[in-house]
Amino acid sequence: MIRVEKLSKKFGEVTAVDDISFDVAAGEIFAFLGPNGAGKTTTIKMLTTLLRPTGGTISIDGLDPATQPNEVRKRFGIVFQDPSLDQELTAYENMEIHGVLYHVPRKIRHERTEMLLKLFELWERRKAYVKEFSGGMKRRLEIARGFLHTPKILFLDEPTLGLDPQSRNQLWTHVKNLNKAEGVTVFLTTHYMDEAERVADRLAIIDHGKIVAQGSPQELREQTGTDSLEGAFLALTGSSIRDEKAGSADQMRQIAKMWRR
Amino acid sequence: MNAIYILWLRELKRYTRSKAQVIASLGQPLLYLLVLGFGLGPVFQRAGNGSYLQFVAPGVIGMSILFTSIFSGIGLLWDRQFGFLKETLVAPVPRLTVMIGKTLGGATVATIQGLLVLIICLIAGFRPVNWAILPVVLVFMILTAIVFSGLGIAIGSMLQDMQGFQLIMNFLVMPIFFLSGALFPLDNLPSVLSFVTRIDPLSYGIDGLRNVLIGTSQFEPAISLAVLCAVAVLFLALGSYSFSRIQL
Repeated sequence: MIRVEKLSKKFGEVTAVDDISFDVAAGEIFAFLGPNGAGKTTTIKMLTTLLRPTGGTISIDGLDPATQPNEVRKRFGIVFQDPSLDQELTAYENMEIHGVLYHVPRKIRHERTEMLLKLFELWERRKAYVKEFSGGMKRRLEIARGFLHTPKILFLDEPTLGLDPQSRNQLWTHVKNLNKAEGVTVFLTTHYMDEAERVADRLAIIDHGKIVAQGSPQELREQTGTDSLEGAFLALTGSSIRDEKAGSADQMRQIAKMWRR
Repeated sequence: MNAIYILWLRELKRYTRSKAQVIASLGQPLLYLLVLGFGLGPVFQRAGNGSYLQFVAPGVIGMSILFTSIFSGIGLLWDRQFGFLKETLVAPVPRLTVMIGKTLGGATVATIQGLLVLIICLIAGFRPVNWAILPVVLVFMILTAIVFSGLGIAIGSMLQDMQGFQLIMNFLVMPIFFLSGALFPLDNLPSVLSFVTRIDPLSYGIDGLRNVLIGTSQFEPAISLAVLCAVAVLFLALGSYSFSRIQL
């Protein structure tokens, strides 16, 4: 479903993604892990047509995002690291805009919006403005929206950032159910290793723009001689703290960590 | 077409729901109308130029359209800041479609704003010379709104954050307003100033409005219409080009 070969991205002198290759099979849940600034979001941006690669090739469902961006865009849904909802509109209106932009026929649009909002427990609040929603509700709405046009692939860039354990648990349950029910391929990034271990069929770890390991969670544990994915992750990427310019996502991450204590 | 409509509708919904913003955006035109209209009125009349309220009302309407449309375009920065821009950029619709939807939405909001100011002017005592040709007023309003929405989108696409906003305000929007003849007649100006007013697109919008509303103007209405149409095409092309080059 996704094939990446020798992909690279440079910003001036800085190489954000350095000659990476991996495959994701149809219907698979694939986790793309790495420390801050490792190149995860840059990779997702290239896969989703938001950035042009400096080198290498990408194939999404057999299509090249560089030459057929609109065809590729029809095939995926995405939940970004930072919110991308219109806060001044209602939950239903946000779904409606998405459905129209993705050419979902009116009848199907309304049926799926109702089904997804009910599934993510937002139907009762469909007429409320998004600015009145909690962080967890906004995240659920974004994921529901990502599924609206029945994509073949769903990209989730740190979807549980800043959520409490209950919301995280509920969110992954829904994603896994929809993955099974609709056969959607899921490509996710997360900083929570327990989540990756729980939901991912396979994963790749990226560090300093290069993929340092890939395989199933069990294969990575065996490869590193550790008993948890977090142990494997630290063994592969080291335990030193990475310097990175703090963005809004990092600030949320800090808040989330404080909350979890 | 549906995508253009839904993005146009979004702009309208955001405008109608923000009642505080609607009221606040009427404050400035009202201030100009009352303070300048009544304050400078006697001086203007003594100079033999007739009623200043009659003269300044089309200028204040033009000002309102300028500010609303250009800020609506620059509002792209908010979409960038709050993430909605990403949602539209990864959608399977051409960027030109997104840009047109947003421009038309901004232009519609600015035209409504212009009509509201016209109503305020009428309440304040302004009287058009011919009520029958009021639809032509709408044509000038819409064209002026499209011109500056296109320019706003072009600027909004190029700015990365809010820091450039003040720069645009001081060195582009305010000069466009003050050099347009909104507040003073364009005849008998020094040659340099006269040249600058003639390359300011708002001059043609306000002059066209003035022609239709009070029957006096510096340029032929047909010339004003032609210039506005040409600049609208130019700014829409510029906005479209800038929007197509956005990278997040």
